[in-house]
Amino acid sequence: MVQQGRAPRSDWILEVAEVDKSFAGVHALRGVDFRLRPGEVHALIGENGAGKSTLIKVMTGVYRPDAGRVRLAGEDRAFRNPLEAQTAGISTIYQEVNLVPLMSVARNLCLGREPRRFGLVDVRAVNRIARETLKRYGVDVDVTRPLGSLGLGAQQMVALARAVRTDARVVVMDEPTSSLEPREVETLFSVIRGLRSQGIAVVYVSHRLDELYEICDRVTVLRDGAVVHTGDMAGLERLKLISLMLGREMSTVRAKGATAFGTGQHGEHGGDGGHEAAPVLRATGLTVRHKVHDVGLDIHHGEVVGLGGLLGAGRSETAKAITGALATDGGTVEVDGVPLARRSPAAAIRAGVVMLAEDRKTEGILPNLSVRENISLALLPRLARAGVVSGARQDEIVRFFMERLRIKAAGPDQKVSDLSGGNQQKVLLARWLCLDPKVLLLDEPTRGIDVGAKAEVQALIDELAEQGLGVLLISSDLEELIEGSDRLVVLKDGRAVGHLRGEEITEQTVLDTLAAAPPSEDLRGEDLDGEDLRGEAPAPHPDDHPAQAQGRPTAPAVTKEEPR
Amino acid sequence: MTPSALRPATLPRPASDAAQPAALRERLASHIQRRGALAVLVLMAALASATSSTFPTWSNISSILGNNAFVWLLALGMTFVILTGGIDLSVGSVYALGGVLGAYGAHTGGTWLAVVLPLAVGALWGTAQGLLVARARMAPFIVTLAGLLGARGLLQALTNEGATTYLVPADSAFRRLGDGTWVPVLLVAALFGSGALLLTRTRFGATVTALGGNENAATLMGLPVARTKVLVYVLSATLAATAGALGSARLGSGVTTIGVGYELTAIASVVIGGTLLTGGSGSIGGTASGVLVLAVIHNLIDHYFSQYGSAFTDTVNGAFLAVVVLVQTLLSRTRQTD
Repeated sequence: MVQQGRAPRSDWILEVAEVDKSFAGVHALRGVDFRLRPGEVHALIGENGAGKSTLIKVMTGVYRPDAGRVRLAGEDRAFRNPLEAQTAGISTIYQEVNLVPLMSVARNLCLGREPRRFGLVDVRAVNRIARETLKRYGVDVDVTRPLGSLGLGAQQMVALARAVRTDARVVVMDEPTSSLEPREVETLFSVIRGLRSQGIAVVYVSHRLDELYEICDRVTVLRDGAVVHTGDMAGLERLKLISLMLGREMSTVRAKGATAFGTGQHGEHGGDGGHEAAPVLRATGLTVRHKVHDVGLDIHHGEVVGLGGLLGAGRSETAKAITGALATDGGTVEVDGVPLARRSPAAAIRAGVVMLAEDRKTEGILPNLSVRENISLALLPRLARAGVVSGARQDEIVRFFMERLRIKAAGPDQKVSDLSGGNQQKVLLARWLCLDPKVLLLDEPTRGIDVGAKAEVQALIDELAEQGLGVLLISSDLEELIEGSDRLVVLKDGRAVGHLRGEEITEQTVLDTLAAAPPSEDLRGEDLDGEDLRGEAPAPHPDDHPAQAQGRPTAPAVTKEEPR
Repeated sequence: MTPSALRPATLPRPASDAAQPAALRERLASHIQRRGALAVLVLMAALASATSSTFPTWSNISSILGNNAFVWLLALGMTFVILTGGIDLSVGSVYALGGVLGAYGAHTGGTWLAVVLPLAVGALWGTAQGLLVARARMAPFIVTLAGLLGARGLLQALTNEGATTYLVPADSAFRRLGDGTWVPVLLVAALFGSGALLLTRTRFGATVTALGGNENAATLMGLPVARTKVLVYVLSATLAATAGALGSARLGSGVTTIGVGYELTAIASVVIGGTLLTGGSGSIGGTASGVLVLAVIHNLIDHYFSQYGSAFTDTVNGAFLAVVVLVQTLLSRTRQTD
């Protein structure tokens, strides 16, 4: 194990000191210090936008820091590209497998450093080396098969085997387990332990707290581009870790009122605990391989259901699985009691379920088109009579929503890319609202917009729910989630681990729910069941999750365990 | 958390059972994709030999092989370009340019100039195109479309808009290179063989394939992406110019009007040969099958449908191409869903 206490300066294998990095004036990293000892597994964690990936890219030569130093084994280094960092001994395993799917496993493993005989690549040696190397990683496959024909986990292992070379001194792993089966996670961990014993330092990025506690020696927490904590993993309470990431002090649960959400409950179901009326949307047993496991939720008319959880818990994926934007491996979605037979965003829209996507720029606005076109785009098929769109009708609707949502634009013909982020978001909201939906799925509706616009959007969500719309709210802003939601489903590692309602929804209970509920053996086992059932719709497991199958809320599972 | 929470002791391995038929299907699909053209070629040749007395004669076969062999080099170079995910539309024009330069060289300087001049100009032309694609990051379609127009223009300037025709002297040794059936066929076969070796057994070839399969990954793996891109365009243009020069040795003069649309035939041969138009997968053997399939179709139409004229050749070729791409799409869909 790693020596405790302060290591002398020369003992750091990799040092990142006072690094600043900004993009277009926005600080991604501010005076970040990150130090790595040989032979330690160092967790690097933080929420979305905390600066993790920027820091990794600075370490691995993808970005150059604006200020500060990167030192490897005591020497100042300025890597100009990933190749230079690799040659210096910093290997990286990216979250997305970065290999060539159409080439054989063996060729991928040896690409760029093939053994040669008489100037030609020695194919037999390539295959032999690949077989021998992969065997050490517990991957027993025909190495002449194309890489793409392997499971994602095996591909990740090939990437790992490629990255971990004998001359590596630092191995950076960016969410290496996001596509691994439990068995493969175990292999990965034994590989990491092997690296540790060889004195190789590992930077381990993951959102799965259980993994961090199992494999990591130390941890650095980033928030808003700055380091907020560095220390030993052992002895650090889960709750403390989560509150560090989210920037919440446990003792100071703030009074309500910081957001524009009303404090009252929405709709006819508010607060009375009765759910006699049928939900407008009922999703059961939603499963997306590696991402969402058997998640069920109900949304009633006039209700805002929050979807909470840390980054990577499967919130967006759950919403996308509901609309059909993400292919599911199981589960059903009913709207007003009618199951959606064909699963596609178009079918969901026809049934009255619309989704405001998280990434406004790539999944939302059409930047070169006008406000008018951006609003009425999805509506056009309905406005058209015999294929001809009535301009007057279109104008009427666009003007109505521009006024209704207080969209600040010079006029309907202004290009949408000229508007502020908040107004762009309102344009997108208008696009969906003019379809007269029954259910609105909102993925981070207030991210990246200014405070005033944020309050307006929040007030609007409130108002829409009061008018009877069912709303699913995904937000990384804990305050927004807590004050905006009538009910809250907490996700963790793709599973619903808690259902909170009404007055139960406080920062304390949410954080408790997140910190508790470690995965148990039987839950892990379900992954393998899922594999058997691939292609069929697995039946929901009412015995396992009686509450979520029926949409009834339960008390949060606060089975807190001993901190290690 | 118990230490064993992430370490279940005995886990069933359901993947291995289900993987068998999937792997088989995937292998079959990949075989059809890679060797489909060869199968079609053998089938067509067998059917034609059985039903026609003229098809299997030596004079017919040597006309299939000998007359067009040099043009097939365009498809050889195009295979590399398409494997990187690019396209080279300039090869038809560069072919014609190479022909004129070859004849001009033989006319003015002798055999050595007839060989060196087209090679040098082709390599330069390819370097310029490659640099624009790899360094300036322009779209290959646009760069080589400009190359198509530019090379054709240069050709017109060299020949005073076709008014001057350079003849290869009848006694020039250069003519030997294009004579008969065997010399061209062996020359082209040797180049295809070298191309296959280059693609499958060198780091350059591995980089070409990797680059077309996932450029991002190739960059992150530290492969020489830009250099390799430049080189495939150099290879393509050099082969095209060489093919043109050898063509002029066969014809005895530099013909300015040939080569129009050859780039499309080359692309068709490559795609019929099983190389993915999106890059990343393909083989030289496939391209060889592809060019032969098109040549045999051409020959058969001349045979069986000569009463309708050969006008239908391109229609049949087009239909065949559409079918091949359709099958490719279906096959790659099978492989992806596995």
